[in-house]
Order: sequence, then C-alpha cells, then structure tokens
Amino acid sequence: MTEASQLLGAGAASAPHPFPRPIWTAGFYAAAAWALAAVVTVAFPDVVPWGSRELFAEIVGAGALLLGGFALAAPASGRLREFLDHNGPWFIAIGVWLALWEITTAKTGWLPKPFFSPPNGLLNVYMTETNRLGWCILYTLRLWALGFGAGVVLGYGGGVALGWSKRFAYWGMPILKLIGPVPATAWIPVTFYFFPNTFDASVFIVALSAGIPVAILTASGVGSVDPAYYDVGRNLGAKSWYLIRHVAIPAAASHTFVGLFMGLYYSFAVLVVAEMLGAKYGLGWYIQFQTAYSGYANVYATLIIMAVLCAGIVKLLFVVRDRLLSWQKGFI
Amino acid sequence: MSSSTAALRAVPTPARNLEIAMRNVSHAFQLGGSRLPVLENINLQVARGEFVALLGPSGCGKSTLLRLIAGLDPPTQGEILADNKAIGAPDPSRILVFQDPTLFPWSTVWRNVATGLAARGVLEKEKARVDDALKLVGLTAFARAYPHQLSGGMAQRAALARALVNDPELLLLDEPLGKLDSLTRLSLQAELVSLWQDKGFTAILVTHDVEEALLLSSRVIVFTERPARIKAEFRVSKPYPRHRDDPELVGLRRQVLATLGLPT
Repeated sequence: MTEASQLLGAGAASAPHPFPRPIWTAGFYAAAAWALAAVVTVAFPDVVPWGSRELFAEIVGAGALLLGGFALAAPASGRLREFLDHNGPWFIAIGVWLALWEITTAKTGWLPKPFFSPPNGLLNVYMTETNRLGWCILYTLRLWALGFGAGVVLGYGGGVALGWSKRFAYWGMPILKLIGPVPATAWIPVTFYFFPNTFDASVFIVALSAGIPVAILTASGVGSVDPAYYDVGRNLGAKSWYLIRHVAIPAAASHTFVGLFMGLYYSFAVLVVAEMLGAKYGLGWYIQFQTAYSGYANVYATLIIMAVLCAGIVKLLFVVRDRLLSWQKGFI
Repeated sequence: MSSSTAALRAVPTPARNLEIAMRNVSHAFQLGGSRLPVLENINLQVARGEFVALLGPSGCGKSTLLRLIAGLDPPTQGEILADNKAIGAPDPSRILVFQDPTLFPWSTVWRNVATGLAARGVLEKEKARVDDALKLVGLTAFARAYPHQLSGGMAQRAALARALVNDPELLLLDEPLGKLDSLTRLSLQAELVSLWQDKGFTAILVTHDVEEALLLSSRVIVFTERPARIKAEFRVSKPYPRHRDDPELVGLRRQVLATLGLPT
C-alpha cells in the first residue's frame, strides 16, 4: 500500500514536465489495487487454511510491480500503449476484485468453505492437481476435437449436397428438419445401445450437436447463391464440380461460418454432459467428481479452465473466418 | 454484309467468329401457372464478324434472346444455329456479358478473369493469357484487387477481360454499359469498338440507348413491346470511329426513335 502511494506521488510529481510524458495514469491505480490485494492476502490470517497464500501474494505483488512499471515507463505510442490504455480500467477492476474476493472469503469467512473459495484456493488447486487437470484437459480436447471435427466434416459435406442437389434435398431436408431441433443430449440413451463404448457414444453426441447447424446453414447458403454466378460459370465452360467448388462453396461461406459458430457453442454444451456419463477422465468428469466430494474450489478452478479453452477456440474460429472471408471487407 | 464490315477492320490474323441464325424462335415463361410469351417468331441472321444491336422497349425480351443464344436456356420453339449447328448448351465460344459485372466477390480480379481457363483445366498452361486480357482492358495494376475495390467501370472492364480471355467467337453484350456513368460509358463504348475491330468476333449488343446502338453497331434491329417481334432494321454503314453528332447518325437516330414511337 505504501509502495503504491509512493508510486502515485511520483506520478503526480512528474506531471508538470515541459513536454508532458504520456503517463499511463490508470496503471498507478491498477498497481495500487493489485498491491492492496497482495497485502491483504499476506497481512491477515485466513479463517480456514486454503493453501498457496504466499504464492498468490507473490504473483499478485509481481503484477502490481509490473503495472507500476508500465505506468511510469510505458511507451508513448504503439500497440502496447494502445493495449494498456484500452485495458487500464480492467486492470484496476481485477485488482479490486481480487482484494474483495480475499476479504469476503479467506479473511472474514462471509462466503464460507466449502461453497466458496478465495483466489489462492483456486491457485492451490492448480498447484496440487496439475497433473490430473492436465490429463483432463487433454482428454476433453481429444473428445471435442474428434466430435467437432467429425460433425463439421459430415455436416459440411451433407450441407453442400443438400443445397446443391434437388434429389438429395428431397430426401435429406425433411429428415434434417425433423432431427435438427432435437437436443443432441436427448439421443444419449440410444447411443449407448448403438455404440460399443461411452467414448464413441460421446463423440457421436458431440458430432451431432456440431454437425446439424453446420449442415442446415451450409445448405441454406448454397441454396441461396445468386443464380447469375452459376450462369457466368456455366457460360465459361464450368462443369458441376467446378461450380460447387468455386462458386457454391465460397458464396455460402458466410452462412457456413454462422453454422460453425452455432455448432461450436452446442458442442461445448454437449461435451460436458457427455463427459459426465461414464467417462474416466475429462473436465466434465472432473467437475462432477469434485462436486460429489464438495470440492468446490476444484470445480471453480476447472470452470475457469473451461472458460479459457472455449473462449480460445471461439477466438481461433474468428481468426480463421476473418482470414477466409477477408474478401467481404475493404482492406486496401 | 460481312465483306463490308470486314473492310472496316484491319484484322491481322484470321478472325475467329461465328455466324448465328435464328429460325422461328419463340419463347415463353411460366409465371404462376400462366404462360407469358416474351419472344415471338424471331428470324434473324448475324454474319461473321458483324456487330448487331438489338434495340427495344425495356422488358421486351431482348435479354432473353441473348440467354437463348448463349445456350443458358433452350427456346420454347424454333432453333438457333451457330455455324449451322444447333445451340444446345452454353459454350465458352459464345460469351454473355451481363449488365452487372457479376464478378465473383470472393476471388481476386486475376482469378475472376482466369475463371474460364480454370474451369476448362487449361489455366496452368495459359496463365499468360490472363495477364494479356488484363492488359487489354487496362487493369494490370488491379490484378490482385478484389471486386469490391473496383469502380463500376473497372468492374465491367474486368468482366470484359473475363470474357475475352477465352477468345470468344461471339460476344453477347446485355446492356453492359447500362449502369455506368456517362463519361465511363463513352470511353468504354470506344474500347468496345476497338476490341471488336481488333479481335474480329461477332457481337450482339442489347441496349435501349439508341445513340449507343448507332455508335457501335453495323446493324440495328428494333423490337416491338413484349412479346418481342422484329419491327424494323437499320443498316449503319458509317465507318468507325463514329461521332454522335454525325449528320448521318443523327438522321438515323430520328428514324429509329420514330420507329420506337418516341418523339424525335
């Protein structure tokens, strides 16, 4: 705290420069908030031991120093500077949040164990359960990648065929329209009968959840391509395969991506449910397992991992989409 | 006719062009159960290397006729022959240029122009032709641009390059300059004439701009309202380049407008 106020004092003193250096003011407040969280963590005793108190204080304290450093010596311009300026309020909020979190849980016990955990409790989970959580992440990613991958490939192929071929659409569309709205999880009882083991059944459920929106959106995208494009292609000597590959598919791409995003969110939802059914590893399984033993700190810690994983995958898909659909925007 | 137009051009190599014959062509659309006739008994002969303009009230069915000649739709009745062979399907020797450039927005200009060669699987060997076509229409600098980055006139030039790269023997122009501003229009009219003179293809232009028809074509066919029938035919023997204020063209313009039933 004292350190933070010194930093604040230094910032105020350096303000009337002849050429005012663009000081990252929000950085001082952020550093102060983070320092406060670190000080609160070590200065007062916990009502119940949670572990990893010192480590947490060290990490947050290091964060405070880093923020303070940026506040003093942030570059005047450039991408880092824009990042800092933009996210300053968030850094402050995170520091305040961490301090309040420590106070309400570990320090006062207003939010009691086992239903709540201080941030150092979550950190302690990551420190003690590193191995097991690591394996769970890998198992979950494997299930998701296999299910989502299979669903997207089949859904996309089916969607293109449904949008392109009248005969295919005649038989396929009614079935897709009937099956599509059924939540993928509703198939769980029968999938256990049809698939040799729970893993295959889980892959199928995830694939179904991702494949159906991709198929529906791709089919509607291919079906709504301006026929003038096909006229141009045919006139220039293109055969069906060329028209599918070079006209229908790119013209439908923005629809397909809407389907991919929908499929992505459905697949996350279904993933956890699928893992709660007789899986031996995986984040969904871990959450269920820890809930049964009232290990809520472990549950929260796992939820954070899932949030980061899902948000990361969504971000990745956005990057892919922006690259592939760059022709839609002006970028000269 | 073909000999007189040939005399107007300086063709270095033997030109590749088609002779088109329409015999009793009629066409009708099915609209909500009722039959809408759009073309009625069209008989028209277009000689090799000729530039014919089809003129008529808008919506009369001229564009439909071009689609039939391109082979995109079969006529309800009658037949259309290209070099005495019935047209049954689209072919890159007969290319239709639409009023909208209809470039593929997801491909670069270069890729758009290359479409015909790529679709026929000859792009690898004939890449240079794409560059030549872009050069011909003055879009070399925009080869890597996307269609949304082009102005209307540039996009229509790219569409023209996409047609010309296939060395068409017949160019079907469906009001290709209809949506352009008047200055771009003038420069593209001149470019069309010089391309036609240079390449020697047969050209059929649909337009409702009388002046444009007279400036570009060697024969103007005037259609009636829908269902379209041929109402009159005017020969334009004035050598190129033509000027819109030329007394001969002004006189012809008066006649054509009178045929269309418009004040002169």
